[in-house]
Amino acid sequence: MLNDKYSQKIVDIIKNYTRKHSLWVVAYGTGCGAIELPPTMTSRYDAERFGIRGSATPRQADVLLITGYLSTKTLKRVIRTYEQMQAPKYVIGFGSCAINGGMYWDSYNTIKSLDQYLPVDVFISGCMPRPETVISGFIKLQEMITDGKANGAEKYKENLDWYRTNQKQVIKNWKMPDYNW
Amino acid sequence: MEINWIKIIGLIITPIIAFFTGTLYGGSARNITARIQNRYGPPIWQNLFDIMKLYSKSSTIHHGVMQHLGAVWAITASTTTLLFIPILRDSELFVNLSFDGDLIFLLYIMVFGSLGMALGAGQTGNPNSAIGVSRGLTQLVGYKVPFIMALVALMIQFKTTNLNDLLAVQDSFLNWNIFQSPFAFLAAILAFLGMMGYKPFDIVFAPAEIASGPPSEFGGKYLGMMQTSRSIFTFAKLVLFTDLFLGGAENFFILIIKTYLLYMIPLLIGIVNPRFRTEQSVRFFWKWPTAFGIIAILIVAY
Repeated sequence: MLNDKYSQKIVDIIKNYTRKHSLWVVAYGTGCGAIELPPTMTSRYDAERFGIRGSATPRQADVLLITGYLSTKTLKRVIRTYEQMQAPKYVIGFGSCAINGGMYWDSYNTIKSLDQYLPVDVFISGCMPRPETVISGFIKLQEMITDGKANGAEKYKENLDWYRTNQKQVIKNWKMPDYNW
Repeated sequence: MEINWIKIIGLIITPIIAFFTGTLYGGSARNITARIQNRYGPPIWQNLFDIMKLYSKSSTIHHGVMQHLGAVWAITASTTTLLFIPILRDSELFVNLSFDGDLIFLLYIMVFGSLGMALGAGQTGNPNSAIGVSRGLTQLVGYKVPFIMALVALMIQFKTTNLNDLLAVQDSFLNWNIFQSPFAFLAAILAFLGMMGYKPFDIVFAPAEIASGPPSEFGGKYLGMMQTSRSIFTFAKLVLFTDLFLGGAENFFILIIKTYLLYMIPLLIGIVNPRFRTEQSVRFFWKWPTAFGIIAILIVAY
């Protein structure tokens, strides 16, 4: 009875509802975008009313928030952080630097497009995106979770070879432990 | 042998009621914290959603057998603690395994949850967990001293080590132990601040400092079990203090009022206070609460 198609559908609806209303964020404050997060979390904009909350470690987190440009050195740490998170996990690219490099488009030590290296679910545009924009990006992610479209972790698992090739082109000294996720 | 179905149903629903009550108290604590910080805050069932989400995570990594057992141990210890505390006076439904000497037994079993968490966190090998565990056990030594002194004062005063006898003594409002032995209450309530783990005594979980301490490697279902155990244990502690000092409760409505008011004491003190270091908190517990405990014992002994 529990395994037929319709009861599985009901279970999925309940699961997605709770996942949508409890997003724990590990904010990887790489670039200048990190400064927009304190006003998003504190009394003026208060993201906690949507169930969005900071988490202390990647093991406990659901959302990896990349705020701004990523240098090639930090990319390695971001990949390790991402692979330590437990599925289902989502990535939000924050600011124009994560989309196409932004003002760092001809820089020698930053990556240009984040979704070459990690499966990004939602991009938030702007330089800088204001807290309203950040919250609207989270709402977009919540809608995608409800529809079951936010499946970046599965995409990463399926196309791991492609992602690894891209990552190894940037990170020359690849000495990383093998995480089971 | 005759099967008592009411008791079996009670055995099943007692932990469930404790879980939901503890979780909703936690959610309302987050809401009150938010209002004091001039925010709107999450709904009170937010903690319930968090725990359901943690249980519905599709992957969960573990680092060895002890990490499984640590979470199981914590949840077992808190449920056992709950079952040995009389929740309502003369209740048919709620389980009450109280026996002669159960106050001493409770002193032992209440440590087991922390111990299970310490063992589970030790297996993960994360340095933050080890720091958190050492801080937690040091602080445990701190607040256990005034708590045990308060209990010993009650034991000497009423010549009993049974919670049911203590409940029977407090038959009217003026006979509540908060009025009969106020110094024991003071010592116990100050120890209670440490037990609940809100600020100023949240050095164990300090999220910005040691990445949430012992559960820092716990994700998914393990963290969900930890939070479930925490919710049940919160309710158990609140009911224990209601039974010890506030005269127990005749029905569930009175129980909710008393435990919620008791829950507000550590919460409201915690919101407006910064965090103690470990040695500061131990110094605090061994100064005034211990002095109150000694006074309480001296009053009843002589």
